[in-house]
Amino acid sequence: MNQSDAILAQRFGFGLRMGHPPPAAPAAQLDGPDSMAARYPGDSVADLLTRHLAFRQSRRAHGPEHPETETLRRNLIEADTAAVQRGIARALASPAPFRERLVQFWANHFTTRTNARILRATVSAHVDQAIRPHVTGRFAPMLRAAILHPAMLRFLDQPRSVGPGSPFGQRRGRGLNENLAREVLELHTLGVQGGYGQGDVRAMALLLTGLVVDADGQTAFAHNRAEPGRFAILGRHYGGDGRPRLADIEAALDDLAAHPDTARHLCTKLAAHFVADDPPADLVADLVSIWQASDGDLRAVSAALADHPRAQAAPLTKARRPLDFLIAAMAALGVTGREVMGWQQGMVRRVVVHPLIAMGQPWAEPRGPDGWAEGFDAWITPQGLAARIDWAMTAPARLRPVLPDARAFVDHALGPLGDDHLRRLVAGAELQAEGVGLVLAAPAFNRR
Amino acid sequence: MDRRAFLRGGLALGCSAAALPLISHASFATAPGEARLIVVILRGAMDGLDVLRPAGAREWRGLRPGLAGDDGLALDNFHHLHPGLSGLMPLWQSGDLGFVQAVSTPYRDRRSHFDGQDLLEAGTAEDAPVALRRQGWLNRLLQGWPGSHAQTAFAIGREAMPLIAGPAPASSWSPDIDLSVGAQGRRLLAALYGADPGFAGPGAAALALSETLEPDAEGGGQRHLDQIDRFARFAAERLRAETRIAALSLNGWDTHASQARTILRPLARLERLILALRSELGGLWGQTAFLAMTEFGRTVRENGSAGTDHGTGGIMVTAGGALRGGRVMGDWPGLGEGALYAGRDLMPTGDLRAWAGHVLHGLYGVERAVIERTVFPGVEIGAGRGGLIR
Repeated sequence: MNQSDAILAQRFGFGLRMGHPPPAAPAAQLDGPDSMAARYPGDSVADLLTRHLAFRQSRRAHGPEHPETETLRRNLIEADTAAVQRGIARALASPAPFRERLVQFWANHFTTRTNARILRATVSAHVDQAIRPHVTGRFAPMLRAAILHPAMLRFLDQPRSVGPGSPFGQRRGRGLNENLAREVLELHTLGVQGGYGQGDVRAMALLLTGLVVDADGQTAFAHNRAEPGRFAILGRHYGGDGRPRLADIEAALDDLAAHPDTARHLCTKLAAHFVADDPPADLVADLVSIWQASDGDLRAVSAALADHPRAQAAPLTKARRPLDFLIAAMAALGVTGREVMGWQQGMVRRVVVHPLIAMGQPWAEPRGPDGWAEGFDAWITPQGLAARIDWAMTAPARLRPVLPDARAFVDHALGPLGDDHLRRLVAGAELQAEGVGLVLAAPAFNRR
Repeated sequence: MDRRAFLRGGLALGCSAAALPLISHASFATAPGEARLIVVILRGAMDGLDVLRPAGAREWRGLRPGLAGDDGLALDNFHHLHPGLSGLMPLWQSGDLGFVQAVSTPYRDRRSHFDGQDLLEAGTAEDAPVALRRQGWLNRLLQGWPGSHAQTAFAIGREAMPLIAGPAPASSWSPDIDLSVGAQGRRLLAALYGADPGFAGPGAAALALSETLEPDAEGGGQRHLDQIDRFARFAAERLRAETRIAALSLNGWDTHASQARTILRPLARLERLILALRSELGGLWGQTAFLAMTEFGRTVRENGSAGTDHGTGGIMVTAGGALRGGRVMGDWPGLGEGALYAGRDLMPTGDLRAWAGHVLHGLYGVERAVIERTVFPGVEIGAGRGGLIR
């Protein structure tokens, strides 16, 4: 294995897997189908919301401590734990780790959150249903799917937004909530630097009225809540011929997907995520031209990113986020997806859920719709690093009955990226576990 | 590096000093001085009506037949203190403990913990711009703090502390993180990080902060209280050095069922925190203001499972020698049917941000206009507030 294979494995994947050759070139990984969604299938949001409704009905009818309520509650909590396991198992088992990293990237771009642990599995369901199928497709259908999904509508208050001039709004005196409209423009498409104003936000909010989540947990369009009329967003007009239609919303989303500000915003974000916190301008410019020439073909853009000389040559300057750190450590230790799926809840908590909190990335709970921070300084803090050290020193012994020899583990984990300085220090450890821990705590293992 | 030297010396901790223009340092009428501020977020919605019981209200026992059962400790001729805080009675008597009743943030009606805490920590109205809602109000205070640096404010604990997050640098540490390595391992880690410019600073700080100064509370103690002792010891250590503001969370207040039992542990932790801080701070306690606040109160009526549900008006707990305690402040709205908020919750009569703003004004001389426009945008802190600042 040469140095560049190891750099690409770390930059576009989860590093090296014990007992496996380095992954194929990142761009080539995108040629195959998405095998992981089929191997580890997830729940649908409609199913989870229906089960949540049954839980609430039981709680109302029988009380919170009734066995039936308790069973329904426990099943939803187990669905959340299973989603954590699935996320890790797919990353460990996939022959295309770059695809898994792209799923994470776009999932974070279209962050959703819930206010209750009992509904947290809907976050993963949103990713499975609206993001995963599109990561090597075009951006426009991903945008539609991600925004018009019940989890996103609920997260950004869209069902509470009512057209003030709609029959329902008139009767109840209800009005607009601009949350989703603003985030679609600011976060999901044009970017905060994009050329839009408050008038566009308001017009977008008026256009989005009518979107609701029905009793079956599905997105629906309620005509009686939709603001009638014609709305101008970035100088183009939507609606106004006949009664309000979902198709008008879809047309506006398609136009936003095709906007040049969107291309610049998202190519910059991709380059910052995969290559450098402050990405090279020529890399961004090259991606933007491919994005525009291919009408937002994410496979073409992602392949160009991975194949770009800037991405191949540059040193690893970014920090692995905590979840990726855990996955990479498990891969280096030879933990398999099948093993992860077999863990008891207590193991998931001890090895993943609690450590992620201490490292600053609680599972599925970023603070806001802008997702996790990108920069090195947000993650490599005294507290975050201390939590990584603690995990590196203790978790491997929980995961492996027999730890690998620490000196050989430098090669399993880092290959040619493990330098002589690290090898000397590892050889000086007094315990095997401390040697393994040093490798995982090393800067070389925590960068990408 | 030696831990004591580190704690004295102030190595820049991994701060995120974004290159944003900070508000003018002329925000303070005078230098901020030596006062210390400790802000505690009581996560889960503390039941203010159980902690500070309106025993003198006619409706009280009828609304809470189970919870009003055990007698509290009489504070005045109307309020009783929950017996779970009986260890704080000497502080009440010496004027080092007080309460503000019937306060809330502007958060109304949806009663979600996350949203309620987000708003409590942002210190804004619900319709404030998103960028403002993602900064904590303590961070906006730091943005105008003359000579503020990474160690001026410390968040303590494992969990995120949005109260302190934002463009101004601040530090965070959890005293119960253990690196799980021996002395040799520490030396190797120091050598490992020392060679990498990105990891050298955070690595040195992590190693220094995690070195225990003294053995942990020896046996016999309960773990959940030992943890509080560690937090208090660490906070006091920081506050004796360069830190002026400490923020932490106490969880476990969401008492939907069997509240008489389930509220005891969080109360014991709150009591222990206040007592441990007082003893660890020693002479500094006299210059310290302690504020404990929660996202919202709980329903005035007991529910069907001997607990209470999410409500609106709650209380703020004050302590420390910088604040005048020994009394209950704020207006009492009453528990009569027509006096309740939405027919179910204690009606808030005051904005807790106005009380906190008053404390910042009195404690540090932050100009009123800065508090009302920047720290708590749109809040009027009003006059006097009963001489809360000593």
